Amino acid sequence: MSTLTPGFQGRPRPQGVALPPGQYVEAGFPVLSAGPTPRVDTNTWRLDVVTESGDTRSWTWPDLMALPQDEPTVDIHCVTRWSKFGTTWRGVSLDTLLADVESTADFAMIGSYGGYTTNVPVAELLGGKAWVVHTFDGAPLHPVHGGPARLLVPGLYFWKSAKWVNRITLLPMDEQGFWERLGYHDLGDPWREQRYQGD
Amino acid sequence: MTEATVPGTGTDAGPRLGARYAMPSGWRVATLVDARAESRTARTLVLDVPDWPGHLAGQHLDLRLTAPDGYTAERSYSIASAASGTAPSVRVEITVQRVPGGEVSGYLTDAFAVGDAIEVRGPVGGWFVWSPVHDAGRPVLLAAGGSGVVPLVSMLRTRRDAGDRTPFRLVYSVRRPEDRLYVDELARRAEDGLEANVAFTRAAPLDARRAPGRLTLAELGAWGWPADIEPACFVCGPTGFVEAVSRTLVALGHDPACVKTERFGPAVD
Repeated sequence: MSTLTPGFQGRPRPQGVALPPGQYVEAGFPVLSAGPTPRVDTNTWRLDVVTESGDTRSWTWPDLMALPQDEPTVDIHCVTRWSKFGTTWRGVSLDTLLADVESTADFAMIGSYGGYTTNVPVAELLGGKAWVVHTFDGAPLHPVHGGPARLLVPGLYFWKSAKWVNRITLLPMDEQGFWERLGYHDLGDPWREQRYQGD
Repeated sequence: MTEATVPGTGTDAGPRLGARYAMPSGWRVATLVDARAESRTARTLVLDVPDWPGHLAGQHLDLRLTAPDGYTAERSYSIASAASGTAPSVRVEITVQRVPGGEVSGYLTDAFAVGDAIEVRGPVGGWFVWSPVHDAGRPVLLAAGGSGVVPLVSMLRTRRDAGDRTPFRLVYSVRRPEDRLYVDELARRAEDGLEANVAFTRAAPLDARRAPGRLTLAELGAWGWPADIEPACFVCGPTGFVEAVSRTLVALGHDPACVKTERFGPAVD
């Protein structure tokens, strides 16, 4: 294979790591929640996808486990400015979950056990960008980190990766979720430092 | 991949999210097979992309540039060429506007040479699209700010290739005459029925019928379509342009749901 983009140099390299603006490297895994941690039994766990026409598709825990599993290794970036590199997860790609859902919606409202919501554009959920994950670092996902299953959208600030996810509602127009109504950014791209509304 | 699965060309190209947003997971190594200047500061790149899955007019692609030490930079560019189906080898065109101080655009306009290789991923984007299969007949307003004209030219080329006669109008805002892209081609598209108006915001040619300045509500009203015929509006350009034009269209009575926008800023280089 010939050399790719011969002569391209690029900007001066970041100091060792690909860190979004304003972030620092965190080795631990801080927990941030808006309320008490829900305890969710996998015997009753359900994930619903609701389209703009009201059609609903549901998955039980065995349904989720029976789907093809991905093992993404990704960097995550919290809006409180910590970033964690090379986190390893196991779960189901949203490309798999949503592939046959009939919808022209461009926005999604993610809902969780406990009432948490967050809005994410559909384009940020598909194309290998998002998963429903149940395993972190080789072990079942702890409830404080969103177990039994959470959304993982590593390309956006981590509040978009809703813990205890149980519902994806597809919407023709964007609506604001929990933190977004409180002044956080509707998209939340860490590389554009979209922390707050108006960023 | 079978022909029927190509977005926009198959008979079953419905609203399945998997089809609209599916993006090939891997990067393909494309080769620059031709290049031409579009203006003093913009260059069209003709890329031969192996196993291109096909694209709709209005979609974009991602490029990944690699430095000798392995450092990479990725950028998104709107596709300028007409919609295509899948093929073992497809020529995909983009037009790159050189951004002062840009990490990538200067390389692509000045250094990247015919025969060189680059990684390509895509197509990307399933909203800001026009297809003669799904959208024919409904009048279209294209509003472009600067190099935001690129995906709109893909729509015009797609209309031409399909022999489609959907009424199209173009409102094109540029700073100065020398900043215009696709000057000769846009003139030729008039033969296909395109009605185009150019607004110069900083400096106008001597024969211009308006003083330099931003697009006004009256101009958008006169150069676009009446809101009551419910045209499809596509607005692409820098955020400030897109904000102003889309707000004006809504003020003119257009349903916000009929106004599709695409924005770019200095951050996307």
